Amino acid sequence: TVLAAWPKEAFEANSVDSALNSLMGQSQLEGSDKIEIKAPDIAENGAVVPVSVETSIDDVESISIVAEKNNTPLTSAYVMSPRAEGFVATRIKMSETSSVIAVVKAGGSLYSTGKEVKVTIGGCGG
Amino acid sequence: TQKQPGGVKPNAASSNLYDIPVFGNVSVMHYTDCHAQLLPVYFREPSINLGIADMRGRPPHLVGEHFLEYYGIKPGSREAHAFTYLNFEEAARTFGKVGGFAHLSTLVKQMRAQRPGSLLLDGGDTWQGSATSLWTNAQDMVDAQLLLGVDVMTAHWEMTYGAERVLEILENDLKDKVDFVAQNVVDRDWGDPIFKPYVIREINGVPTAIIGQAFPYTPIANPGYMIPDWSFGIRDERMQQMVDQARGEGAQVVIVLSHNGMDVDIKMASQVSGIDAIMGGHTHDAIPQPVVISNSGGKTLVTNAGSNSKFLGVLDLDVKNGKVRDYRYHLLPVFSNLLEADADMSAHIESVRAPYKEKLEEELAVTDSLLYRRGNFNGTFDQLICDAMIEEMGAEIAFSPGFRWGTSLLPGQPITFEDLMTQTALTYPSTTLNNMTGERIKVILEDIADNIYNKDPYYQQGGDMVRVGGLRYAIDPTAGIGNRISDMELNGKPIDPDKEYVVAGWANVNEPLDTRPIWDVVASYLRNQKTVNVTELNTPKLKNVAGNPGLAKSFQQ
Amino acid sequence: MANTIKIRARVSGDTTTVKALISHPMETGLRKNSKTGEKIPAHFIQEVVCEHKGDAVLTAQWGPAISKNPYLSFRFKGAAKGDTLTLRWVDNKGESDSIETQIA
Ligand SMILES: [Mn+2]
Ligand SMILES: [Mn+2]
Repeated sequence: TVLAAWPKEAFEANSVDSALNSLMGQSQLEGSDKIEIKAPDIAENGAVVPVSVETSIDDVESISIVAEKNNTPLTSAYVMSPRAEGFVATRIKMSETSSVIAVVKAGGSLYSTGKEVKVTIGGCGG
Repeated sequence: TQKQPGGVKPNAASSNLYDIPVFGNVSVMHYTDCHAQLLPVYFREPSINLGIADMRGRPPHLVGEHFLEYYGIKPGSREAHAFTYLNFEEAARTFGKVGGFAHLSTLVKQMRAQRPGSLLLDGGDTWQGSATSLWTNAQDMVDAQLLLGVDVMTAHWEMTYGAERVLEILENDLKDKVDFVAQNVVDRDWGDPIFKPYVIREINGVPTAIIGQAFPYTPIANPGYMIPDWSFGIRDERMQQMVDQARGEGAQVVIVLSHNGMDVDIKMASQVSGIDAIMGGHTHDAIPQPVVISNSGGKTLVTNAGSNSKFLGVLDLDVKNGKVRDYRYHLLPVFSNLLEADADMSAHIESVRAPYKEKLEEELAVTDSLLYRRGNFNGTFDQLICDAMIEEMGAEIAFSPGFRWGTSLLPGQPITFEDLMTQTALTYPSTTLNNMTGERIKVILEDIADNIYNKDPYYQQGGDMVRVGGLRYAIDPTAGIGNRISDMELNGKPIDPDKEYVVAGWANVNEPLDTRPIWDVVASYLRNQKTVNVTELNTPKLKNVAGNPGLAKSFQQ
Repeated sequence: MANTIKIRARVSGDTTTVKALISHPMETGLRKNSKTGEKIPAHFIQEVVCEHKGDAVLTAQWGPAISKNPYLSFRFKGAAKGDTLTLRWVDNKGESDSIETQIA
């Protein structure tokens, strides 16, 4: 198997568009209800935010997870073989409250859905 | 008049208070958020509990006259005193103290006698909130739960004794007696469940599932380092799986014992199907009747049973052919002078207090004004704590957490060390003194305000706005994060975003500190004052909430 | 660099679910040593590959925003109980580790 080289430029990009352009040569996203992103509403720890992405889109080539307001938004990309099911889960670092976006590449197009994750100072309680 | 059952003293004014007709075949009793108050107390309900967006004017966001009107409760009645702040001082003197485990125990025994086979659920926040619970490492409350006959419990502040202590109590004390359930607590590494998600108990031959929901934001609202390997969260999806699984195992009734807070419970009831009732706590709302929520599976009742052992919820269900057909619900206020003290519980309470009696009963000062905490913004007891921090610690501004526990004192009462501990007894009591820029102060206020007033309850954490001393500000609860707080000033001058201010605080959740505990700071201040009189509250200027039923008429600005 | 990986792989029907935990600092290169004030150099896993019968079923490309001691889970088809699964990682310093496991 031939593995793609680590996409340095995409990981160092400072915006969602430039990261996606660098990674996949495009940044046009089409919203999709065939993607479900799961992440906590409020992060227990901004340094460890569990995120999972599940999609029923056919022939997924890759899934990327982007934290919109991170300095470098691209957190990770997953290249799927034909035998992989449309599901990945990991844990990411988030610098502040932000939308987390799942980008699914299939049939040459990019589909996406997002979820707001709040990163809070904490304290207080009932 | 009807004969009062055993242990309940006859009282002409309210002869029927505890004489509720038996109904149906499945009964569940529920108390929550007692915050370790073993003895009867005064507890003033809030005069500000604002609901915004969909939550405006909906239970639990009703106070005072609005509350009485909504539930058809007669002004000036015993019930009006139990459920609202109205005319608090006079009513408290008329109707006496509320709660106390010895009195609660009598009521539980009476309900049990009338409703054989009924279960007693404890919604959590039981082990924390008093001097003796702190000093006995929760043992006094665990023993009290066993004496009371708790069947099932879930948790929040329990976790602030640390994971090791929680597991020790489960193993040494609760095993085979009390089921500790929490479907939403999992191991941080693999996501494996830590506690039993639910139990199925037979009530009069009807299999009844009790699913636990611990406070979802425990590692955020409280020190995460105390439970480093556990992850919480709301986990709707797993809740749905547990409901379906319990039904699959034959449960005919599914009850969620929740510490979500009422707004979160109401949202959860709309999203998860197959739950007959969510019996909730955390937000300390005493709600006389369930809120009925429709969802894809039918209807779910949502209740919340107040705090400070002031109430016992009794849910009677009529279950036929495997389905709940009808219900009756009563939220019974525990009036200490209408219920005899249970002898065994009294003896237990006396024995746990005995070694600390002298320290507990020290009179630090006398209060000339009503002292209370509960409400969205500063209560008078919070004001006192903030004043004490500014004076004793040499701060310009003081922050005190917006806890919803902490009892009330009437004018003329001494403030004992025990009373002070009802406001401050936690396992991370260290005070802090920091230099903070005006900008940082704004960020903190905005962050906390969003935890209370976010339009989506799943982004709320319960509790109230941080209490402030020194600083004045305005708040628009209806705005979004970053835009709620304005007009910040100190001593009549606008807060400069770039300038540093000396800010005192306590209950830091980030790291264990070895500084002066808050009760030392406040006790020292009170001993010097001898008499206190808090009449002026540092309440923020409220914007865009005129006419909100969560705002008492007397507070309209 | 032995034993940095803990792995669980379970098959149910035609779907194998893989969960892995890796011990790694995942340093961003932006943090400073609190005592010396010097920047801690970036040190993070860049690639994780999972192979079944010589086929790379999933390749993860990671940046420094993946949490310390990373977690990865995914699912794939076409494996049977008892099959061998290989998971390996390589980081920006060229360090690497791998593990083999039998699907349960
Ligand atoms: Mn509570
Ligand atoms: Mn609570």
